[in-house]
Amino acid sequence: MKILNASGCLDALTAPAVARSLDAFVTKSVTPLPREGNAPPRIAEVEHGMLNSIGLANPGIDRFLAHTLPRLRELEVPIWVSVGGFAVAEYADLCDRLDDRPEVEAIELNVSCPNVDDVPASVGEIVAASRAATRKPLYTKLSPATADIAEVARAAQKAGTDGLSLVNTILGLALDEQTLKPRLSRGAGGLSGAALKPIALAAVYACYEATGLPIVGMGGITSGRDALELVAAGAASVALGTILFADPGAPARIRAELASEIANLGVGEIDNAIGLAHAEPAAISKTAGRSAAMSVQ
Amino acid sequence: MQRARARVTGAEQIGPYTLLRVARGSLEPGIPGQFFMLEAPGRPLPRPMSLCLTPPGELAFLIDPIGPGTRALCALQPGDRLAILGPLGNGYRLDVERPLLVGGGIGAAPLPYLSDALGHPPAILGFRSDWHAEAAQLVPNAEVVVEPTFVTEALSPGHDVFACGPEPMLAAVAKLEPAAQLAWEAPMACGHGACYGCAVQIDGEIKRLCVEGPVLAAEAVAA
Ligand SMILES: Cc1cc2nc3c(=O)[nH]c(=O)nc-3n(C[C@H](O)[C@H](O)[C@H](O)COP(=O)(O)OP(=O)(O)OC[C@H]3O[C@@H](n4cnc5c(N)ncnc54)[C@H](O)[C@@H]3O)c2cc1C
Ligand SMILES: Cc1cc2nc3c(=O)[nH]c(=O)nc-3n(C[C@H](O)[C@H](O)[C@H](O)COP(=O)(O)O)c2cc1C
Ligand code: FES
Repeated sequence: MKILNASGCLDALTAPAVARSLDAFVTKSVTPLPREGNAPPRIAEVEHGMLNSIGLANPGIDRFLAHTLPRLRELEVPIWVSVGGFAVAEYADLCDRLDDRPEVEAIELNVSCPNVDDVPASVGEIVAASRAATRKPLYTKLSPATADIAEVARAAQKAGTDGLSLVNTILGLALDEQTLKPRLSRGAGGLSGAALKPIALAAVYACYEATGLPIVGMGGITSGRDALELVAAGAASVALGTILFADPGAPARIRAELASEIANLGVGEIDNAIGLAHAEPAAISKTAGRSAAMSVQ
Repeated sequence: MQRARARVTGAEQIGPYTLLRVARGSLEPGIPGQFFMLEAPGRPLPRPMSLCLTPPGELAFLIDPIGPGTRALCALQPGDRLAILGPLGNGYRLDVERPLLVGGGIGAAPLPYLSDALGHPPAILGFRSDWHAEAAQLVPNAEVVVEPTFVTEALSPGHDVFACGPEPMLAAVAKLEPAAQLAWEAPMACGHGACYGCAVQIDGEIKRLCVEGPVLAAEAVAA
């Protein structure tokens, strides 16, 4: 059971102590070319959460490999690299470029960025092409904004993903109090924070049942109790996003809160709580999930 | 970057603004122009605030209640507690010869601490009304102008200008004083480089204001 950060919600280089308090650091999604992101304003607070339309601002894979990754390596925290693309071949290329970098522990495929078609067929294609390009563990990050997320998860599993990251943000809109115009320059933006938790729980619950894959659960975690609920729904690890903005001390706090939740629950190890929400928790472990994924390739 | 739960020691009304005092605890005041992220009770995100004053054992923030977060902060009472993170960002460079402080409205907030650090140099403060101008009492040696007069009309050349205020004021100051140090604002969710919400154009590139600023040389932000 690991506690990670959610992609795009921590910069390990500006907040190294926070990164070191995690079991692994997940980078902001890296794309083939540098991206400046969308015009400001690109964040807005809403009731129980926030909207963002950052637009995948990142230095691009060349600069990332040459400048960012060597500096991240110095932190001596396991590194997961999140990659984002706009075509199947781009994901494969990004995975290929990361494959021989020993400091990269795993790759997260952000197939849920709004500019990529989110249909199961294309998720399957992206995962299959990425699988062929790297031996690193692959986590596929899905959007909850889909009619049947379990079907998308199954497509990712069939194509060889080792695990799932659930969930990315879901589009929301906030209007200015006075002008009633959108508060973000781009109009709508991704909703994250507490408001996302029930959506994340539903996605984790459905995908756990559908695939048995190891899941990194995220969406609105602000306390150990929230983390426990995602674990009970089926997450084997959890990631902290928006809470890190308000409380960079959240990893240590939530770890401690989770430990006392588990003690109260009386189930022994935290891993025994995985899937408790289900009638019959599938007895999965990371390796079991992984070999299941491998066998369908 | 320290985070502490600080106890409110006082909340005074100054014109439309509230001077919120908290017990300093383990928090360092930092350099004038740096800022802190203050937990806004009941809101998901904290709010960036410049440090205004450093009374012994305390930190004080001058807050303009313009929306839900700042209103929640202004409603705090002595004895309440709130999480505070900081000091953050880059403050003003203090190694200058002829300092002049220029503030507009709530932009006066970082100037009392800056004035203390510089030995109370002259200041020009502009406000919307006499009521708002009550905040000028916090800045020693301040000349006050009230709209329709603007601070730039009172600006005389030959100074090292430190400015904080609304964007149009900063842009006007930058035109007159290209070497001025200006404190900018942008929407901030985190204040520590994580969210990329505060991106602005600096030296022709999109950068994070909370990391590179909020104080920038006027020529870096040629609007
Ligand atoms: C580095 C930094 C230091 C700051 N220091 C201080 C300070 O010392 N004292 C203080 O009172 N404020 C300061 N601010 C501004 C303060 O953080 C914002 O006013 C606050 O976050 C607004 O939150 P809210 O929920 O009250 O209002 P919101 O709901 O966020 O905003 C209410 C209305 O004001 C507008 N608005 C929001 N933020 C700004 C802004 N930055 N500039 C202009 N209009 C805006 C919104 O568009 C909206 O119409 C600082 C900002 C930064 C970036
Ligand atoms: C400001 C911001 C930037 C984000 N950037 C990315 C990103 O680059 N790649 C990605 O896969 N997810 C990104 N996300 C989504 C988060 O990783 C996470 O899935 C989502 O915020 C839900 O978790 P939370 O409610 O705990 O924040 C971003 C979220 C926020 C708030
Ligand atoms: S406020 Fe989050 S990166 Fe600057």
